Amino acid sequence: MADPILQVRDLHTHFFADEGVVRAVDGVSFDLFPGRTLGIVGESGCGKSVTARSILRIVERPGRIVSGEILLRRQTGAVVDVARLPVDGPEVRAIRGGDIGLVFQEPMSALSAFHTIGNQLIEAVRLHARLNRKRARERAIELLAMAGIPRPADRIDAYSFELSGGLRQRVMIALALAGEPRVLIADEPTTALDVTTQAQILTLMRRLQQQRDLAVILITHDMGVIAEMADDVVVMYLGKEVEKGPVDAIFHAPRHPYTRSLLRSIPSVLARPRSRLATLSGSIPHPFARPGGCPFHPRCPDKLTGLCDTTVPAEVVIGEDHATACHLYTTQDAKVPA
Amino acid sequence: MLAYLIRRLALAAVTTWAITVVTFIILQLPPGDFVDAYVAQASALGTAISAAEATALRHAYGLDQSLWVQYFKWLNLVVHGQFGQSFEYGRPVTEVIGDRLWLTILLSIGAIIVTWGLALPIGIYSAVRQYSWGDTIFTFLGFVGLAVPNFLLALIVMYVGLRLLNMNVGGLFSADYQLAAWSWAKLWDLCKHLPVPILILALAGTAQLVRIMRANLLDELRRPYVVTARARGLSERRVILKYPVRAALNPFASTIGYLLPYTVSGSVIISVVLSLPTVGPLLLHSLLSQDMLLGSTIILMLGVLTVLGTLLSDLLLMWIDPRIRLGQLR
Repeated sequence: MADPILQVRDLHTHFFADEGVVRAVDGVSFDLFPGRTLGIVGESGCGKSVTARSILRIVERPGRIVSGEILLRRQTGAVVDVARLPVDGPEVRAIRGGDIGLVFQEPMSALSAFHTIGNQLIEAVRLHARLNRKRARERAIELLAMAGIPRPADRIDAYSFELSGGLRQRVMIALALAGEPRVLIADEPTTALDVTTQAQILTLMRRLQQQRDLAVILITHDMGVIAEMADDVVVMYLGKEVEKGPVDAIFHAPRHPYTRSLLRSIPSVLARPRSRLATLSGSIPHPFARPGGCPFHPRCPDKLTGLCDTTVPAEVVIGEDHATACHLYTTQDAKVPA
Repeated sequence: MLAYLIRRLALAAVTTWAITVVTFIILQLPPGDFVDAYVAQASALGTAISAAEATALRHAYGLDQSLWVQYFKWLNLVVHGQFGQSFEYGRPVTEVIGDRLWLTILLSIGAIIVTWGLALPIGIYSAVRQYSWGDTIFTFLGFVGLAVPNFLLALIVMYVGLRLLNMNVGGLFSADYQLAAWSWAKLWDLCKHLPVPILILALAGTAQLVRIMRANLLDELRRPYVVTARARGLSERRVILKYPVRAALNPFASTIGYLLPYTVSGSVIISVVLSLPTVGPLLLHSLLSQDMLLGSTIILMLGVLTVLGTLLSDLLLMWIDPRIRLGQLR
């Protein structure tokens, strides 16, 4: 395998509110490779989006990166630690859009209603390449065509509210790729779309990934999307990674009770009719009332009383590239569920 | 877009007509009629007006006719640009108002420009640096500005000007030019007198607009399109000025509609205090002395000004908001 293009090492991003500190991202590490897709999965509020924003250094106040490294291999070959760069400096701005592109969940509100899509697209093109207006416009039309938008030369002067949801998301993808980045972060890219459009957008993303050898971080709560798209998976819970590994290992030999619960809650066409869909009991704790020990223990079906509620579990290597943070695999006498 | 324009124009016409009705009713509200007031005024000054004269006057104004006939006669006068005689001044109303109208409009436009010029950057700063020292200071000043009546501010400025700077800040002209015909020297004299009243008038609306701009922009700054613009690599300054400020201007533009008449009607007391030769004090005076034709003409003018201001802000909205231009919103 090629060298990783992005390495995140023990990232901590905290929000300092008056009521206390929210540890939105609390020790996340992963490697991202060109041409491969890393899925980050978890319930809402588990720190997936903050991880993405930390990588781009667009975490909003009162949040900030407390510790950790974000090592990015830039187009020039130099490796920089994005976490150490000044927040609105020229280097970070060149990385945003130029090395790393971002696609957002809500294509309606993520585009300005006051500017034509051409205006926003040409701006993005010219920000990362020295082109005159005419050339930049041609380039923008190419990008729209590449994103599968019919009649791109007409659509470039349209406003976002004149397009359908699927087309808007295609515009978002064209915008994210305007600076020729080699990393694409897609934060819930299909959540706001209907199922048919969802499939089309995922197909488009895969095609673009192959064409450009893109490294993709796909953030979603949808295990179905992960199964279809991801090569590697990180499962997050309350800012911590609880399990990570290749997609086959995660789906066929899940270790962490949280991963198992997530997988059980996928509806299946093979399920016995009229049977209840398994759900994960309880809800995510309030960020200020974080449980001690393993953060998942209050909802865990297999918890070891006296251990899980007192000690934070360390990460245990299970197999090749497969690791989980769970006491069930560290204690000798623990009964490991099959 | 054309439909929007036509709808707005039609609405403006209907509103203007409604204003003439309301103005006419106000005209008729006080007990007695113009002639009663005129006779009373004349006798108070020692000149008697005979009953025959009064009847002739009533006949001349059509006051002996039914309300409907009176209304349409008055409307006919107004439509032809004639507003009748001012009783108090004994001259046509148009002549009494005369230059005051242009001076009022000049002051109002100056005040609006200064209001925007102050409120926009302060509002943007306050929102972008929310809860910073600067924001706290501007917020404090803003609330003081909202609480202090503007005539008090005018009085303070006059006091400071007179006592500490030894200059007279009242009026729009020096004594030499008060009654002089228009000349370059008089124009220059006017320019020297304009800044203080314009600033006082402007400060009246600034505090409010700063709050509006700050609130609008705070809403917009949290929208996803700001995050995506940032994620594309734009500098923070460009992100904010191009996207959220543009969106926050939208409700801001509609404030023009009320700013225009507000600088006239809301500034009556300021104008009296600073003895500005504008329409405001004239309105106050005409209401006190029951000079009804003069008063109603000014009220009608204020109404038309409001309609014009609203029309102007509608056009402005159409220009800045493509959703309105393309008929997505109404």
